[in-house]
Amino acid sequence: MADFTMPSLGADMETGKVVEWLVKPGDRVKPGDVVAVVETHKGAIDVECFLDGVIDELAPLGAELPVGAVLAMVRRAGEAPAEPKASHPAAVAKVVGAAAAPAAAPPVVLPGLTRVKVSPAARQRAAALGIEADVLRGSGADGAVTLADVEQAASRSAALSTPRTARRGFDPALMRQAIAAAMARSKREIPHYYLSATVDFGAAQAWLDDHNATHEPLERLLPATLLLKACAKALTEVPQLNGFWRDDAFQPAAAIHIGWAISLRGGGLVAPAIHDADRKTLPELMAALRDLVQRARAGGLRSSELTDPTLTVTSLGERGAESVFGVIYPPQVAIVGFGRVVVRPWVCGGAVLPRPVVAVTLAADHRASDGHVGGQLLAAIDRALQDPATL
Amino acid sequence: MNEAQIRALAAQALADIAPEADLASVGDAEDLREALDLDSMDFLNFVIALSQKSGLKIPEADTACLYTLRGLVAYLAGR
Repeated sequence: MADFTMPSLGADMETGKVVEWLVKPGDRVKPGDVVAVVETHKGAIDVECFLDGVIDELAPLGAELPVGAVLAMVRRAGEAPAEPKASHPAAVAKVVGAAAAPAAAPPVVLPGLTRVKVSPAARQRAAALGIEADVLRGSGADGAVTLADVEQAASRSAALSTPRTARRGFDPALMRQAIAAAMARSKREIPHYYLSATVDFGAAQAWLDDHNATHEPLERLLPATLLLKACAKALTEVPQLNGFWRDDAFQPAAAIHIGWAISLRGGGLVAPAIHDADRKTLPELMAALRDLVQRARAGGLRSSELTDPTLTVTSLGERGAESVFGVIYPPQVAIVGFGRVVVRPWVCGGAVLPRPVVAVTLAADHRASDGHVGGQLLAAIDRALQDPATL
Repeated sequence: MNEAQIRALAAQALADIAPEADLASVGDAEDLREALDLDSMDFLNFVIALSQKSGLKIPEADTACLYTLRGLVAYLAGR
């Protein structure tokens, strides 16, 4: 048996709440399956399970559980079914009254013992409350369901039936707290250094204009796509900035998963991963960006998208400021910022010409790298943007 | 399409992108991107939705006509 635990969905997360199970006890799960919806300060996140086997003993809905708490057990192929542990907190009442059940989160019925002893008082009270006593896990002698068990199940059901204002969205106040915690930790622990460079965006803009003029709106690309790809490509040349600071050492990441900072309407920010950004084509990156923005705002980000970023990119877009110096999201070691593309006088072949340019910045962890390496990354981003056809 | 139909179409297109935004509160000459806080992705999605809902091709070069309600109404009415 393997434990499926509450994942840490970022440096700032301490607890989470399972609000929906998307599997039933006894279901087969494969690595990467979304099995549960966990409510965090970043909204409701689709949590993936990376175990292979049969899932069982699902934790109750609605309880605030710490990171690392066991949410379910997964029996690997070939393992014999184990007796459910009496101490496991997985007993959930099956609420019979429809009014008591939240529409979005049907209560999970756990496989109880085949014959359950229920004390007469407990059965009477359960009937009055509309709870099926036979599915409860008993704490009495011989595992009998007692009056206390019924009362406890009822209070859990009551907690479950509290209406949630937004099932998939996020709470701006909680989001603010999460950002505050992560950013304060970053500035407390990470000695940032900062670099900036102004990059000629002329070649990239010409390529982009040409592409967009000949494509339907759905196939058009934003400048952000080119900036993202240029950054991912540059990281293949300067891997010293792609990874994590853990246990007083830099740990390079095996792949390039760019955390893309998305501003949420109504306030707040989340930076989910675009996996293997260096290996995606520009149309693939555009599709990934569109999908991420949509899910970041409406809910439905996956747990791996919150845990996997190896470097964050913040791009301000066409209405943003001219440059941005980011705050590193721990345990990452760098954040790249792209300002708005602006037309400025630019010296080109001995003449001053109007030219679209973009300010590219880097904030990096001085424990993990020095400014020389940071400068190499900015230079590599510049080079990549001068040759847009190869992006 | 007449003006009322175009305005209704624009409101529909916006509903999926910025559900809380109220097109009625935006002046005809105001830049929609500023007034409704639409970023580059939002505005591109708005153009996609307008194109799909109206069945009209909207070349990239024409998208600047859609920045204001006045421009948008004139552009779609003329097509």
